Amino acid sequence: MKIPETLTFECETGNYHTFCPISCVARLYQKIEDSFFLVVGTKTCGYFLQNALGVTIFAEPRYAMAESEEGDISAKLNDQEELEKICLQIKNDRNPSVIIWIGTCTTEIVKMDLEGIAPILEKRLGIPIVVARANGLDYAFTQGEDTVLAAMAHRCPDYKHYGIDGGVPSEIKYSKITISPKNESFYQKDKLAKSNLVLFGSLPSSVASQLNLELKRQSVFVSGWLPSQRYNELPSLGEGIYVCGVNPFLSRTATTLMRRRKCQLVGAPFPIGPDGTRAWIEKICAIFNIKPEGLEERENQIWKNIKDYIKLIEGKSIFFMGDNLLEISIARFLIRCGMVVYEIGIPYMDRRYQAAELLFLQQTCEKMKKPSPRIVEKPDNYSQVQRMHELKPHLAITGMAHANPLEARNIDTKWSVEFTFAQIHGSSNARDILELVTRPLRRKSGFTPNSRSLSKQMLES
Amino acid sequence: MKLAYWMYAGPAHIGTLRVASSFRNVHAIMHAPLGDDHFNVMRSMLERERDFTPVTASVVDRHVLARGSRDKVVNNISRKDEEQRPDSIVLTPTCTSSILQEDLQNFVDRASLYSESDVILADVNHYRVNELQASDKTLEQIVRHFLNKSREEGISNRSLTDTPSANIIGISTPGFHNQHDCRELKRLLGEPGISINQIIPEGELLRNLRDLPRAWFNVVPYREMGLMAATFLEKEYGMPYLSRPPIGILNTADFISRIGKPVNLWASALLGKEVNYDFYIENQTKFVSQAAWFSKSIDCQNLAGKEAAVSGDATHAASITKILVKEMGIRVSCSGTYCKHDAERFNEQVQGLCDEVIITEDHTEIGNIIARIEPSAIFGTQMERHIGKRIDIPCGVISSPVHIQNFPSGYRPFLGYEGTNQISDLIYNSFNLGMEDHSPDVFGGHDTKGVNTKSLSVDRINIDWAPEAELEPNKIPGFVRGKIRRNTEVFAKQNNISEITVDVMYAAKEKSSL
Repeated sequence: MKIPETLTFECETGNYHTFCPISCVARLYQKIEDSFFLVVGTKTCGYFLQNALGVTIFAEPRYAMAESEEGDISAKLNDQEELEKICLQIKNDRNPSVIIWIGTCTTEIVKMDLEGIAPILEKRLGIPIVVARANGLDYAFTQGEDTVLAAMAHRCPDYKHYGIDGGVPSEIKYSKITISPKNESFYQKDKLAKSNLVLFGSLPSSVASQLNLELKRQSVFVSGWLPSQRYNELPSLGEGIYVCGVNPFLSRTATTLMRRRKCQLVGAPFPIGPDGTRAWIEKICAIFNIKPEGLEERENQIWKNIKDYIKLIEGKSIFFMGDNLLEISIARFLIRCGMVVYEIGIPYMDRRYQAAELLFLQQTCEKMKKPSPRIVEKPDNYSQVQRMHELKPHLAITGMAHANPLEARNIDTKWSVEFTFAQIHGSSNARDILELVTRPLRRKSGFTPNSRSLSKQMLES
Repeated sequence: MKLAYWMYAGPAHIGTLRVASSFRNVHAIMHAPLGDDHFNVMRSMLERERDFTPVTASVVDRHVLARGSRDKVVNNISRKDEEQRPDSIVLTPTCTSSILQEDLQNFVDRASLYSESDVILADVNHYRVNELQASDKTLEQIVRHFLNKSREEGISNRSLTDTPSANIIGISTPGFHNQHDCRELKRLLGEPGISINQIIPEGELLRNLRDLPRAWFNVVPYREMGLMAATFLEKEYGMPYLSRPPIGILNTADFISRIGKPVNLWASALLGKEVNYDFYIENQTKFVSQAAWFSKSIDCQNLAGKEAAVSGDATHAASITKILVKEMGIRVSCSGTYCKHDAERFNEQVQGLCDEVIITEDHTEIGNIIARIEPSAIFGTQMERHIGKRIDIPCGVISSPVHIQNFPSGYRPFLGYEGTNQISDLIYNSFNLGMEDHSPDVFGGHDTKGVNTKSLSVDRINIDWAPEAELEPNKIPGFVRGKIRRNTEVFAKQNNISEITVDVMYAAKEKSSL
């Protein structure tokens, strides 16, 4: 697919604020119910997690730190022995079906061979150990989930593929320790026979079933999700399986699925907003040669339902500082809602994986007769704030580090991380996105203090 | 390696950033990977800070890993120097940069050549000290740096102020009730006629540090931050310091009477008279603070002999223990701190005040001890508050680590005479709630809880525990034992069961997990 030429891409210094990618454990341990996440890092990682995850930390979460001490760094202690001790303790206390090791900056720098140690301990302990390197040296925030899912893709059972020539089916090959789904119901088997579409991306189970249902209406059956609710329910993968992403930050997973598991990637815009959801379904239907039915009416119905919100934001301007890679899709949806997007900051832009989404963004700008936004990869927060002072957007989507200072300077903000935790996928959740986006604007009416700005610095000067 | 779920004190760089960002017009540049600037989020959220936190990162990425930072750090320092013209830039190492072992001092030296601001490298070892120790060290380092510098430049001013004055050392962002404590401390010193020379690090300009030695003495309200700087000032400039925190009636009185000594050292010469604060103390104790009267009142009598558990940083845990025991007659079953580095001193402070002293950084250890003791109230950190929630024991938060609710907008000092009022409320409310919570339980429990009786008049005495059932709770984690016991009894009452057997226990468990 060709990238529309009128979109401008820029790249800045990369001095921006975002969450460390190890934060992915927060979502994933809740999603994969029988997992345990072990972050192999330092006090810094631990401190970040316990502060960023707030109160969940008090609820006996299924994640912990393997905290490196001076002896580990200077290689006085043996990594394998240390990790074995810790994993044994986890096994005894929690008995998980899988332990996921999250490699951090520290393990990268001291070159701890997690990938090498894992198979040895896996055999000794009898628990699968998946290694994902979700470190701040290479990745930003949501990309952490990408590394975990890419690692998990290797653990999915092989898909029994019947060749087109009607030849003998190739044998099912399970990776050594992966347990095949034992209690698979007849219903599931029936479904598997009919379809070969696997969706990837971690979504709350209610949202996943909503998307399943949307596709089912078009007689497309989803044969599985990566990740699944439980580790031993991972979907089969292989030649003949179509895969489609639900989130824009899953480019490594997509690559792994294509190159290593020989799956076919369906490149579609992401199912965020009613427009995105429709485009996503249409693209999938096209792959299976199905003519989608009733999609337009359904989309129109949703637009009608969110009219009250749209009235609030129509014609208003917005600035994405960029920290979670959802920016392109959300911006595209908001342009369709009538907003003007000045800038889309984004940590990392995979133009191939997001090609369909970018094209859709371009088309949406044309359709709505809005200027196309500048896309700034690896943004520089300081310069962005300067630009924001000039542009004076009605709303800035930004991280918590900047939200309060910007509010004090009379720029309304929405905390970007909320988009990663709220339910924003599928047409029925379009309201939730707008609920978030309009919240600062709705709050505004009424109370306005006398002073132009509430920043201390400005008052002093 | 150690398995860790939670920690009380943060990593070293947090301490450095707390000090650097508390000074005015100082910028900290972290040598850190992407995402390590979470301090900005904490400060912006917890303190509801209106201005951008003066902390940026010189990002360590793959390229830095492969070829070293080269000019990156230097460029970032010069850039910040031009953009914001800070008085000083503090280059802050993190755990990552301490393993990389780049010559950060060299970067600092090079950057100083180009930039107008003073460039300092924070000298802390990430693997040996925690947040609190690092903050102490960084504060000392900055004070030492600027005093030495002004001495070299010949602009240091060592003449004492005309009237008695003090420096307050160790007020910082985001410290537990620091802003309110600072205001109260100013009042506490101001009323007996002592002016404030400087407050560091909070809000002070670095170029003013040269006037630090003009104060008659130093006050270090918290043992966690400021002691090193105070010791340095005592050694180099002969400035005496007070490090007893004025928390509680007794400690505050002690604090004020101790001020007399450094003041009288010069008072006769400079003021022509000696000072005596006895009358002030008596007046404050009787009329400003309600705490002394509160201890005598009937309310507090009801608290006598009740059990409490205390845990927190060394300063607050020791002071609260003293208040509970000496001022309110409450029995402190255990008192603990996570400040391992200050263990000796802590032991000394709480010696004879409590049954058990616990020095640990492991929250499960604290949790288990509290569950074993089952005190009527806990005074601890946010972690102890959650432990309390799980075993149904009320908790007053007295120390960091804290949550946004511990940064109240209203005036809530812990120090000084107003502080004693606040603490009285905190303690009394915790226990009072505990009693309220407890008494309905005796009569069948609140009707808002999961497993419960619908009627209020069930006779508890009817229920017996079969011997083998009596042993059963020992198999359950200490945390939930009390709760399971209670739920089982309530279940038995509901079903008119007079003897609790193992079967009944598990039937109750099934019911409650529905």
